[in-house]
Amino acid sequence: AAPLSAVKSPFSTDEKLTSREDVTSYNNFYEFGTGKDDPAAKAKSLKTSPWAVKVDGMVGKPAEFAIEDLIKSSTLEERIYRMRCVEGWSMVIPWVGFPLADLIKRVEPLGSAKYVAFETAYRPEEMPGMDTVFPVLEWPYVEGLRLDEAMNPLAILAVGLYGETLPNQNGAPIRLVVPWKYGFKGIKSITRISFVDKQPATSWNKQAPSEYGFYANVNPSVDHPRWSQATERRIGEGGLFVKRRPTLMFNGYAEQVASLYTGMDLRKLY
Amino acid sequence: MAGRVSAPGAAKGFVLPQVPKILVYIVGFIPAVWLFYAGITDQLGADPMRYLEQALGLWALRFLIATLAITPLRQLFNVNLLRYRRAIGLLAFYYAALHLITYLVLDQGLDVAAIVADILKRPYITIGMATFVILVPLAVTSNNAAIRRMGGQAWARLHKLVYVAAIGAALHFILVVKSWPTEPLVYAAIVAVLLGYRLVRSLVKKPSPRRRAA
Repeated sequence: AAPLSAVKSPFSTDEKLTSREDVTSYNNFYEFGTGKDDPAAKAKSLKTSPWAVKVDGMVGKPAEFAIEDLIKSSTLEERIYRMRCVEGWSMVIPWVGFPLADLIKRVEPLGSAKYVAFETAYRPEEMPGMDTVFPVLEWPYVEGLRLDEAMNPLAILAVGLYGETLPNQNGAPIRLVVPWKYGFKGIKSITRISFVDKQPATSWNKQAPSEYGFYANVNPSVDHPRWSQATERRIGEGGLFVKRRPTLMFNGYAEQVASLYTGMDLRKLY
Repeated sequence: MAGRVSAPGAAKGFVLPQVPKILVYIVGFIPAVWLFYAGITDQLGADPMRYLEQALGLWALRFLIATLAITPLRQLFNVNLLRYRRAIGLLAFYYAALHLITYLVLDQGLDVAAIVADILKRPYITIGMATFVILVPLAVTSNNAAIRRMGGQAWARLHKLVYVAAIGAALHFILVVKSWPTEPLVYAAIVAVLLGYRLVRSLVKKPSPRRRAA
């Protein structure tokens, strides 16, 4: 991991950080296996250099960005965000990245573009978790945001954490971070970003539509069909005797994002 | 010991060295002791409570499977482990109890409202809890006095509930995970094979009159 310099951000929380050890050893990245420790153990095989992100679809200036150019040409910020997993645990992570909106402006989306679709690398030979008898998900992993969500200043493309480039298990070399949504929306190791006019397919929604919606906004009052979302366990807090804490609406980012969803029934559009 | 080795089951096939039953308990509790020690000394990773909870549940399922394997091992391979079955079955119950206590105390912090809501609303918790409830009478009657009191037939009938418990435990595991990872499916497949074996055998051995007529 190479050091990255970043400026501080007013969007950062001052909550206690989850340790670097926990952030980089307890991961969901099913391309490397379904165990929480699989990504840290197996993601070394992913070759992150060279790496390009293709931006295409309904844009005036489609482009392919080499990751190092993207980092060099962006003002990197440290964003300390809460991360809430749909499984009911949470972390506080010091990401390093830049607003997704910056990239969007550079490629000049057309008026017809309504959504942004993301795609993870598809490399079975470097991603051992993809090669299972029953695929856990349909590969490659895909995610999406509505264009106005993507333009929200909280949405970032992260290229590092704890002041250094991303470890592979956290989605190197570039991943999405949308802190008001469940963690699975934060697609990792992105190779393609497309601007489209229809709501794009998203991996977990395809896998179990009744359990994972397109929006996946953190919402303590809408339970997952199989478990409650009212509370969460903060990783690294209290060890065996961790006390659950209440989950906050939009993961505590309601002030910045609630207006995106006015008039929407969040029970139906979960 | 030499006299015991020539017990009817072992006499035909190969002879297993017999160990005191207490050893089954001692070995059986090693994972629990290690897990609690590792939990207290912070060696269970980033989410130690969840690790402990899941590991205890998994051991309960493993011991449940082990009790179900004893009959087929005897019938198919002439390996007689019958004298350890009670100890293994009780270990399954003890691990299930530890798993439940971990959920109630460490996971939910004895929040009665949250626990009741979980039991009523979450199928995997409903099934897990029902499975534990089924195991209780089996554990309570796992002694010679109970067999004498109940009579062998009634006792055997009651203990057939272990089949239901095994199905419940396997389902509980499948329902708690996202998507269809391999591990819970493998455990469910093992349970299915062990129960399927009994079903097939009961059909082959003594078909019911109706079946024969058809």
